[in-house]
Amino acid sequence: MADTEPYITADGRQIGGVLMDMRGITLRFGGVEAIKNISFDIREGEIRAIIGPNGAGKSSMLNVISGFYHPQDGEVWFRGEKRKPMKPYQVASLGIARTFQNIALFEGMSVLDNIMTGRLTHMNTGLLAQMVWKGRAEREEVANREIVEKVIDFLEIQAIRKTPVGRLPYGLKKRVELARALAAEPKLLLLDEPMAGMNVEEKEDMSRFILDVNDEFGTTIALIEHDMGVVMDLSDRVVVMDYGRKIGDGTPDEVRNNQEVIDAYLGVAHE
Amino acid sequence: MLAPADGGAVTVPDLLARNVARHGAKAAYREKEFGIWQSWTWVEAAEQIDALAMGLLTLGAAVGDHIAVSGRNRPALYWAMVAAQRIGCIPVPLYAEAAAEEIAYALDHCGARFAVVGDQEQVDKIADVRDGLTALEHVIYLDGRGLRKYDHAAMTSYADVQKAGRASGLIDQVNARSAARTYDDTCVMLYTSGTTGRPKGVVLSNRNVIETSKNSAEFDHLRPQDEVLAYLPMAWVGDFIFSIGQAMWTGFCVNCPESADTMQLDLREIGPTYFFAPPRVFEQQLTNVMIRMEDAGRFKKWLFHHYMAVGRRVGPLLLDGKNVGLFDRLNYHLAKLLVIGPLKNTLGLSRVRVGYTAGEAIGPEIFDFYRALGINLKQLYGQTEATVFITQQPDGEVRSDTVGVPSPGVELRIAENGEVFYRSPGVFVEYYKNPESTASTKDAEGWVATGDAGFIEEGSGHLRIIDRAKDVGKMADGRLFAPKYVENKLKFYPNILEAVVFGAGRDYCTAFINIDLTAVGNWAERNNIAYSSYQELSQHSRVLDMILGHVTAVNESVAADPMLAGCQVHRFLVLHKELDADDGEMTRTRKVRRRIVEEKFHDLITALYSGAAEIYTETEVTYEDGRKGKITATLALCDAVVAAEHQVAAE
Repeated sequence: MADTEPYITADGRQIGGVLMDMRGITLRFGGVEAIKNISFDIREGEIRAIIGPNGAGKSSMLNVISGFYHPQDGEVWFRGEKRKPMKPYQVASLGIARTFQNIALFEGMSVLDNIMTGRLTHMNTGLLAQMVWKGRAEREEVANREIVEKVIDFLEIQAIRKTPVGRLPYGLKKRVELARALAAEPKLLLLDEPMAGMNVEEKEDMSRFILDVNDEFGTTIALIEHDMGVVMDLSDRVVVMDYGRKIGDGTPDEVRNNQEVIDAYLGVAHE
Repeated sequence: MLAPADGGAVTVPDLLARNVARHGAKAAYREKEFGIWQSWTWVEAAEQIDALAMGLLTLGAAVGDHIAVSGRNRPALYWAMVAAQRIGCIPVPLYAEAAAEEIAYALDHCGARFAVVGDQEQVDKIADVRDGLTALEHVIYLDGRGLRKYDHAAMTSYADVQKAGRASGLIDQVNARSAARTYDDTCVMLYTSGTTGRPKGVVLSNRNVIETSKNSAEFDHLRPQDEVLAYLPMAWVGDFIFSIGQAMWTGFCVNCPESADTMQLDLREIGPTYFFAPPRVFEQQLTNVMIRMEDAGRFKKWLFHHYMAVGRRVGPLLLDGKNVGLFDRLNYHLAKLLVIGPLKNTLGLSRVRVGYTAGEAIGPEIFDFYRALGINLKQLYGQTEATVFITQQPDGEVRSDTVGVPSPGVELRIAENGEVFYRSPGVFVEYYKNPESTASTKDAEGWVATGDAGFIEEGSGHLRIIDRAKDVGKMADGRLFAPKYVENKLKFYPNILEAVVFGAGRDYCTAFINIDLTAVGNWAERNNIAYSSYQELSQHSRVLDMILGHVTAVNESVAADPMLAGCQVHRFLVLHKELDADDGEMTRTRKVRRRIVEEKFHDLITALYSGAAEIYTETEVTYEDGRKGKITATLALCDAVVAAEHQVAAE
């Protein structure tokens, strides 16, 4: 296990102690072992990438973290406490937000309304109060809208605020999804292939936003990504998975020079 | 010496104080932020300005210092300019999108000690060139996003400078410095975009700015209740006059859009009453409307075309206060109800009382379209050296082919070679640190050469501009060559974004054409023409055919003018890239730099005159972040149809 003393990165970001600790996670679908006894941690303030070839179990891992899947074995520790099996919305209210590999937005709703849904876990007024919409419910909506507007400003999507999501190009939809996750003001942000299907310019934009989010709000980010260049540039530490096993863990440089990782990516002759 | 235009007000800060006294509680500035229009009254704006002025004093700003201002249009940056004036400094607004070396040139040339900038992008640009700038001491930024890790030794946030200013209590010193300024002190320095050579720093005095603002505001009866949208580059003299000069003089409200992309939305929300736009903006709006109408249903299309025809016939007459029959009047009201009103609302032009266009010639169809909507769109002719105004069109005398009569206080003179000269209270003081250029532009009596060739029309007294004086030349057979005249005719087609015509000293004229990606792309979509890049679309045979059609039509109309019949385009090519300011082919105000285009694409010009059918070419391009790359293309060289020239009837 790497030591867990807080430190400052070369570019001046503060990395704290362990935020999330995955201990001996095993996930099975019937006879298929998607994840085999994997342990790793995510530290406060870092950008942590999970990489691996197709079918390595990356998305399953993200789904375990976000509470979509419940592992058969192993423990998930979050902020120093062992997490009981939870429903996804309970995980969300712990301060974990995510985006999806295949965009999961409400196509018919405006960008603004979509992002507002990211605030749902922060809304406390009851149905009745919401219907009357006076006093507390109104104040709450205004406060939430303010946070949403800050996110809109941050991600530079003012011009499409009122546009229905269905009319947006793919790259912008991805950005709106990120906006919705950010609106939840998460402690931990999970990004499932944030750059998939993007052109170079869109990738550059998205990379800048990911770095800015981490830098500006100190949000811890765990991301899955196929684009190696992006992963190596963005992340502080990388977990490499192959066939459900962890085959590497460390800084981008360490991982890049790991023979097992090279074999997994480039292929190796089987006798 | 003439007395100041308004009692005691001899500087912009004086006007500010007057506005605080007269309209204190009225909105002076608005900016859309976080989805809401935030507003500041004159009293609040004055407080913000004073706080920054005091803050600049704590940083050591001395009288006569230049303070650079760069960023998108935001109230705080306008305040920075006035704050600089408050303490006897000279604001120097810079083009926000200028490349780092352009910024470096300006900062170095004026020796700016301070720079007030919008955001990280501007800070980075200055950081790139800071090593060479010994005079620059401190950068003040507005939006701190992404700057937390930067070295803050010589960098402070705008809010912190204001905080330090408020804490310092130096208001008496600010007032004392303000009071010491005279009518002939420098008000602002603006860098010209420069179609040729290095940009020049045009020094404008308080007299220039205030007299001009007063005259032009009275000319158009501007009122304190007026609203403008400030979205054009702050470094451009027009924006300085509209958003600071006239705004301060009349006390109207300056609205800043949320971001460059939201301009059209913000325009709709604000509904300005006084609107200024270069022809390009009007062209784009019209192109968008036409594209959307193409996609509309048949009934809507019919409704649109039918009532626009009514508008075209009746709208301009009504605007000019001419007699219109009862039937036409009723018909126009119906048109207003069904088509024109909603369209104006969509465009954000419902409340426009006075609209101006300038900078480039505007196509008659575009002009007529807006006039048909009942928008009082007028043309003006001006330049930085004149503090904008040279000529403008009075209400009721609006035409698309002239630029109007001399503005109040302006005298005009046409030299023998056709070049237009003017003299006015707005004539600039000098080019900063450039006495030679000053002397060659402005003579001892104050006459300034515009560099444009034109003539004053008999009867109406309107000025007509033909072309840049230095571009007007002779062809090999001695006939007149006026490229701009032909280029403008070409550009009036929505499919053609830009055109450059060559022919000086040659046997015949040739042209480079840039297609308009929005218009041509939409056309391609509707006609099932597949393309993967701008380059591919530009060389598509059907696109070439379409452009050939436009060129042929232009040739016909050029041939009709006996004086300019020699300028028909015989051969042309469609360029594989858009002419771009980043590549130096255009100025930041998007005027073609003819010489540079000529040099850069000399191989293409040679090929056009060689009679070849196509040419392979490599072109260096600069990306937005300053990196350079190369694109290669094989361009088709097309022969145009040349119309028979009208024979001048023999005696």
